[in-house]
Amino acid sequence: MPVAPESTGSGGPLPTLRFITCGSVDDGKSTLVGRLLHDTRSICDDQLSAVEIDSRRHGTRGERVDLALLLDGLLAEREQGITIDVAYRFFAVPGRRFVVADAPGHEQYTRNMATGASTASLAILLVDARKGMLVQTCRHARIVSLLGIRQVVLAVNKMDLVDFDPLVFAAIDGAFRTFSADLGFASVTSIPLCAVDGDNVIGDSDRTPWYPGPPLLECLMRADVRTTDARGPFRMPVQWVSRPNQDFRGFAGRIARGRIAPGDRVRVLPSGRESAVRAIVAWQGELPSAMAGDSVMLTLADDVDASRGDTIVAAAAPPAVADQFQVHLLWMHEHALVPGRQYLMKLHANEVTAVITTIKHRVEMNTGAHLAARTLAMNEIAVATLSTGRPLAFEPYRESRPMGGFVLIDRMTFETVGAGMIDFALRRASNIHWQALHVDREARAALKHQLPRCIWFTGLSGSGKSTIANLLERRLHAEGRHTYLLDGDNVRHGLNRDLGFTEADRTENVRRVAEVAKLMVDAGLIVIASLISPYRAEREQARGLFASGEFVEVFVDTPLDVCEARDPKGLYRKARSGDLTNFTGIDSPYEPPPAPEVHVRTVDMSPEAAVDRIMEMVSPDEGRPGPTS
Amino acid sequence: MPDAEPLSDLESESIEIFREAVAAARNPVLLYSIGKDSSVLLHLARKAFYPAKPPMPLLHVDTTWKFREMYAHRDRTARETGMQLIVHVNEEGLRAGVSPVTHGSEYHTNVMKTQALRQALDTHGFDVIFGGARRDEERSRAKERIFSFRGRGHRWEPRTQRPELWNLYNARMRPGETMRVFPLSNWTELDVWRYIGAKRIPVVPLYFSMERKVVRRGGTWIMRDDDRMPLLEGEVEELRRVRFRTLGCYPLSGAIESEARNVAEIIAETASATTSERQGRLIDSDQPGSMERKKQEGYF
Ligand SMILES: Nc1nc2c(ncn2[C@@H]2O[C@H](COP(=O)(O)OP(=O)(O)O)[C@@H](O)[C@H]2O)c(=O)[nH]1
Repeated sequence: MPVAPESTGSGGPLPTLRFITCGSVDDGKSTLVGRLLHDTRSICDDQLSAVEIDSRRHGTRGERVDLALLLDGLLAEREQGITIDVAYRFFAVPGRRFVVADAPGHEQYTRNMATGASTASLAILLVDARKGMLVQTCRHARIVSLLGIRQVVLAVNKMDLVDFDPLVFAAIDGAFRTFSADLGFASVTSIPLCAVDGDNVIGDSDRTPWYPGPPLLECLMRADVRTTDARGPFRMPVQWVSRPNQDFRGFAGRIARGRIAPGDRVRVLPSGRESAVRAIVAWQGELPSAMAGDSVMLTLADDVDASRGDTIVAAAAPPAVADQFQVHLLWMHEHALVPGRQYLMKLHANEVTAVITTIKHRVEMNTGAHLAARTLAMNEIAVATLSTGRPLAFEPYRESRPMGGFVLIDRMTFETVGAGMIDFALRRASNIHWQALHVDREARAALKHQLPRCIWFTGLSGSGKSTIANLLERRLHAEGRHTYLLDGDNVRHGLNRDLGFTEADRTENVRRVAEVAKLMVDAGLIVIASLISPYRAEREQARGLFASGEFVEVFVDTPLDVCEARDPKGLYRKARSGDLTNFTGIDSPYEPPPAPEVHVRTVDMSPEAAVDRIMEMVSPDEGRPGPTS
Repeated sequence: MPDAEPLSDLESESIEIFREAVAAARNPVLLYSIGKDSSVLLHLARKAFYPAKPPMPLLHVDTTWKFREMYAHRDRTARETGMQLIVHVNEEGLRAGVSPVTHGSEYHTNVMKTQALRQALDTHGFDVIFGGARRDEERSRAKERIFSFRGRGHRWEPRTQRPELWNLYNARMRPGETMRVFPLSNWTELDVWRYIGAKRIPVVPLYFSMERKVVRRGGTWIMRDDDRMPLLEGEVEELRRVRFRTLGCYPLSGAIESEARNVAEIIAETASATTSERQGRLIDSDQPGSMERKKQEGYF
């Protein structure tokens, strides 16, 4: 292909407004779009004559051409006279192109409507003037609002059937404004229409002298075209990394938000590495700047690594990175949502595993009511908690569609089963606050798929600590947990071999074991410490080394006489005979914990039952069923 | 280096689609049919991956009945882009002598295009196939996804298409399944011509009006590009100033009378056109819903 420079001739691109038409069945959506296409001369003679033939076969307008048939493209639709799938239509007038998503009205096709709305920046909501607002009108208005559309045109259609009565129009207009007050629309324009005849579609109508305007087309000409926000801070998900040779590494993606220019400082998430933009590489040249909506290729000043799914963002204003979110979720598949099941989640250029952990409530779209729900059927919408297998850079959907809109994909069939919008993060992945490449405790624990813990057994000698501790470790190990058992007797052979049983030495013994346990918890392990640890203060000190919830104190409570009767190592006998001094319970005090996390009374609880109790406290990790109580 | 011009949203969307599909593909291919849409498609692919070459070969499913100027343009394009060009012909059909002249458009298209495409895809094991189809071309196309999933045997199920929200394209496939990807879905014929004009993209000269020897047949002007298409009783060839709005097999491609000799004139003519571009194609009007049916069978 000759490498001629591209000219910037007058044939340049026109801005595009994407909009959706919605409303109840038979309110005239297809007719209205057909009318817009027809009156802007976007329909060719041969298409029109095809429709004329179809009109005779399936039309609803008697001898007149049924413009709705231009839209219903599938055979099943023409035969059944309904719109099943979203149709995309195109027309242009000087200065602007339009893409119309003509969405189906039937309730069972809510998902198709959401699909059409997802890329639209304006919605035309149709109402039949005779019927006023119907349940389906409210439902569609809510979906439009949920999908983040802020510009709404209320098209009050079939005005011919109410004699173009301004009072009818005013009543519907008023009702809609009241209803939609809290739906977050930035603008609502109501227009009295007759789609079949074209009144107020592209020009003013002399049948509505009381309506000052504007006609629909003018409204569409004035609407704001950008769905992406050029004003916010820079974000670009990396779609693809280009390495044609060793000297070039380009990061390709479409800018989700903000602007970028060479020299701008950027950060790569989630790694956190920083650099500056060297160039915006484009076909046979470099761009001085680029903004939201542009597909670009960036090169960076430093040799930083980024791969598909990472996000390059403004270094000064990075978005949050998180792995647990509150989301709005629309279910789109006939197999209902299964909370707890793993799905694939696609959020900008990321594909990760994700689980809906809880459904907070279902949103009844007709009324907006919150209902309890354990699952979600097709076309239902809920507020839910979602947790992802990896932390993701994101933004709330209402701030940025490309950074906050996602779909869920079935792992077996690969069908798209759900669509969602992130409301906010429930738990931030804290590792982003650290220096880049910092491997921290969360990172280590994440590799082990567990929550690190220090389970601290305290109790008299012979109370049963070791038995229960050993049993617990075996149970955890069998579940694939990474554990380590620090037994009081064993540490005294090595680490603490210099210590005796005076109060000071006992205190130091506990301090050292607690510090070792802390290092191990930091390494991601579940540590089981089993030592008499008779003093409350030292146990509290040990607790203080850990984050709240991480330290689980288990009091193995066995009366002294029972311990003495068991006397597995013959120590009580020695202590009683005076061969052993400073023996806890005999000539050295034991201070029972006032509020242990787990209190095991061994006289009426088996070691197995004790382990069950402790397992409940070691809170469940992601993906495992929760504790039963 | 001069500054490149800002991108349009259409162009950015197409480039995003290319990159997204290639990221998901094991073995992508660009279906190159030599026409204006293919030319724009190819240009966008080159932009999407610049400075690298697009990581895919070009595939031309050749019915052997294209215009000679098309073959010349195809070979020049392959040479100048340095991209690999795979030409596939349904040899069985060729041996059986299937031709649009003797077998009619329906059968010829099925054997030499639909079946040939399936053969080519299966032979090479392509999983992601880029095509230049646009939603404004035909009513059933208006409902097609940008990432159009095809089950085993390349079947298209209009009722079970994957919902496509935002710019999130689900390109997951199991073995044997394929994906047609249409980066030009949201372009119109006029957008294509404006882009060709703005970017000076070379196209087959048959799009521009010239005096050509044509014959009136089936309500349109047909250009006999070689002797395989005999004249029928009473037909006479005459010189007309004509051009083609779409290019395909020459016996099936009708020309229109036109004075548009360059892109600017085509844009002016297209903007005021009262007939659609597909009108010149003889294959769409075989039977009602014919495009939808062909697609279900695996036609592009
Ligand atoms: N009288 C009158 N009938 C209309 C008007 N707009 C649409 N219709 C009729 O209402 C019926 C439903 O229209 P259609 O466009 O198919 O509705 P959709 O289901 O919303 O797409 C058809 O019979 C139309 O001809 C209007 O402005 N006035």
